[in-house]
Amino acid sequence: MTPALAATAIVVLALLWEVLHPWAARKLEILRANRARRAEGDGLPGYDPGRERRAEQRARELLKSCVNEEEWAMYRDLGFIRVWGGESGAAGDDVLARDLRGVPYAYLVYPHKPIVAYLPQTGQLLNEYCVEFPDESRPFGSPRLPDSDDVLAKWMALNGDERRLIAEANLHLPGRQIDPRQVQRDIWRLGRWERERLERRASAGQDGPRGVTQ
Amino acid sequence: MKFLRMRPGYGEQLIAEGDVEVAEDEERLVEEFRSQLEQGMWAAVPVKTEAGRREAEMVRAFEDIPRTTDRVIFFPRAAGGAA
Repeated sequence: MTPALAATAIVVLALLWEVLHPWAARKLEILRANRARRAEGDGLPGYDPGRERRAEQRARELLKSCVNEEEWAMYRDLGFIRVWGGESGAAGDDVLARDLRGVPYAYLVYPHKPIVAYLPQTGQLLNEYCVEFPDESRPFGSPRLPDSDDVLAKWMALNGDERRLIAEANLHLPGRQIDPRQVQRDIWRLGRWERERLERRASAGQDGPRGVTQ
Repeated sequence: MKFLRMRPGYGEQLIAEGDVEVAEDEERLVEEFRSQLEQGMWAAVPVKTEAGRREAEMVRAFEDIPRTTDRVIFFPRAAGGAA
């Protein structure tokens, strides 16, 4: 009786081994792979999830140090900067400046979106200028500058050589990429923001040193 | 004078620094300036007007950089794009 039971147990164990061995081997392999990945620093090799955030922080500091205080506050509060057109001294032959015959115009500069030209007096949208600053050396896998660097590049190029930047851009009618309703809303937000800023300054002047300053 | 370059995924990077009044430094800066332009960079100098307004000047040659400026910012040249 006992030898028969022992033989049966051996057969059962052998069958279990046949069934469980591949499953156990697979589990062991996954376990080893996970351990190796953890030892290498987890996730994609060389990927640092905080890098983009730190890059943007550095870019914001650089932007702040280059633009006017009002422009920095505008970007911080509204997410875009208004740049007046025709002030770089290089727009004399520009088609836009020529067509407008001295009527003041301005640009709304958004990060990684087209530059929108408009008439501040009427709010009429003129054109969209699609422009990028691709760094083909791709040091970190992407040619895209941080948001604030993109805004600063546009600001410097519009300030320093408006005609050159506009010549490089792809010109489109308004609404090609940015919803005109959004731009109109941003123009309205900008007007309200400027009024509130003026009021704060005025009240700060009346209050003297106790007033709120920005 | 510092040369800064905007970098994707990094922000600005210091790529050269020197005193333009020292011949050796100036030579190094000139070389670096040319090298950046050859790599397709544009160069801008942040300036302040007499009225105190901040502006920028685009420079195409080292000689165009005001001697008193403390930094030159290089960024990839503009290209017409989808954005």
